[in-house]
Amino acid sequence: MTAAASIRNPTWRSRSVLPGFGLSLGFTIFYLSAIVLVPLAALILRPWSIGWSGFWAVITDTRVLAALKLSFGGAAIAALINTVTGPIVAWVLVRYRFPGKRLLDALIDLPFALPTAVAGIALSTLYSPQGWIGEPLSHLGLKVAYTQLGVIVALTFIGLPFVVRTIQPVLGDLSREPEEAAATLGATRLQTLWRVVLPSVTPALVTGATLAFARAVGEYGSVIFIAGNLPGISEIAPLLIVIKLEQFDYAGAAAIGVVMLAASFVVILALNLLQSWAGPKR
Amino acid sequence: MRIVATVILAAAIAAGAAQAANVTLLNVSYDPTRELYKDVNAAFAKQWKAKTGDVVTINQSHAGSGAQARAVIDGLDGDVVTLALAYDIDAISQKAGLLPANWQKRLPDNSAPYTSTIVFLVRKGNPWKIRDWPDLIKPGVQVITPNPKTSGGARWAYLAAWAYALKAPGGNAEKAKAFVAQLYKHVPVLDTGARGSTTTFVQRGIGDVLLSWENEAYLALKEQGGDRFQIVYPSNSILAEPPVAVLDKNTDRHGTRKVAEAYLQFLYSKEGQEIEAKNFYRPRDAQVLAVHAKDFPTIPLFTVDEVFGGWQKAQATHFADGGIFDQIYKPGQ
Repeated sequence: MTAAASIRNPTWRSRSVLPGFGLSLGFTIFYLSAIVLVPLAALILRPWSIGWSGFWAVITDTRVLAALKLSFGGAAIAALINTVTGPIVAWVLVRYRFPGKRLLDALIDLPFALPTAVAGIALSTLYSPQGWIGEPLSHLGLKVAYTQLGVIVALTFIGLPFVVRTIQPVLGDLSREPEEAAATLGATRLQTLWRVVLPSVTPALVTGATLAFARAVGEYGSVIFIAGNLPGISEIAPLLIVIKLEQFDYAGAAAIGVVMLAASFVVILALNLLQSWAGPKR
Repeated sequence: MRIVATVILAAAIAAGAAQAANVTLLNVSYDPTRELYKDVNAAFAKQWKAKTGDVVTINQSHAGSGAQARAVIDGLDGDVVTLALAYDIDAISQKAGLLPANWQKRLPDNSAPYTSTIVFLVRKGNPWKIRDWPDLIKPGVQVITPNPKTSGGARWAYLAAWAYALKAPGGNAEKAKAFVAQLYKHVPVLDTGARGSTTTFVQRGIGDVLLSWENEAYLALKEQGGDRFQIVYPSNSILAEPPVAVLDKNTDRHGTRKVAEAYLQFLYSKEGQEIEAKNFYRPRDAQVLAVHAKDFPTIPLFTVDEVFGGWQKAQATHFADGGIFDQIYKPGQ
């Protein structure tokens, strides 16, 4: 009966040999609604108790703008650093054999697993002017902990596994024949890397960078320990949200949340479009 | 026969009632009181058991004072709150209606069974010779204090600095603002809570002086040994009154009101005051204070009511969005 109906009415959905479309789509929509859409809708509805002018006043406050700039700018810089260093790490882990490789491979995941507060405390201890890394750097006149640089260090730390782990399988699946062919056709090593390897990895690289960026924008735990949290200088937007909440300013906190949500969505959408543009044309 | 049954039933009911009940209380408190309430809870549970036969278990929850108030407003089911400042309990009363607006009048001494103040913790030998408030803004001195927007202790420290400058000879609001603005220019890190700042100063070695709760400074000395730090008392400071209150609506729902009230009363008893003094909170009881006088040097202490006209006003003027604290952090100043 249903089979006959779907054959007679094929415009409703494209026919699939795989059964269970209705059930799995229903589940997907329900699940996304419960886990993602409803909480986000609640957030978006929240700030309007202060009206449009109140909303505008909150998000154009110099302190809020500075915090947003730091959160998005820092996340972007950290993601860029990881798009350079991540592929190198992935390349080493995929292409070479050396003792301790498994150990190194496992290390990559630690920023995923470590509670962010622990990471923040460890980083700030290392990079503080009395720390192992901070002390020699301070002689060079470079201050890392409690500055904007510290924010970038923390965001780079938490973003690295996203880039490495998305590129690794793609690099691993890459067959060697095109590279060998390029070599026999007279390409230099650099040309092979640039023209042959990189284009196949680019979509994964963009995905990894997007994930690292998205994670870094919302990062709170590790950053508040290493940033100085000075208003207008080293204060990140998520901290400002917490500060507003602790002053019982729910609408103000939600206003910043909505701006972060919108900006993140735009950036991630743009990166996704870039990926489909950079990816294999079909 | 019926009479026998009735008697048995009555006896059974009486037995049931006489059987020790188990009561659980949740005390929602702020950051540095962990050690204090651990001691208080044990002593109170012992006393309550002796008095009523009931076993009372008191759970503690600690975080920044503002964060705890928000948690209670959002539904953290506490029986009593013991926070860093009256403004936070006012907020619970206004936003969640869990207790009446006049809550602070229900217990003696503004509902603050113990007091504290803000002192300076400096590194051993006091290399920067920091003796009083003006020394904090000497060139090169780094001051550690948390963010007054998120930390109760930091708000007391800010107000103490303000009160000093205001009450200094020739002081006025303009000069006080300039002094506090100068002071925060010497702060390299604003942690979100008092414990965070203590960690930054003590463990991470940042800064030359920590503006600290008196009890937190003593605790740092006790845990780190007296050979690394010392406490400096400025010429005057602020009388910090961390208040306590029963959350009426929650305790009525739990049926714990009586024990919750007794718990707070215990804080005012001789035994409670003694425990507070041992944890470096200044007891209200004159006799207990006399015994511990050497721990609590007498310096002039301003109250928020006399200098700032109460917490509501202080909050609105200094810490609300766009208030004076925000103004001193506006870029380009």
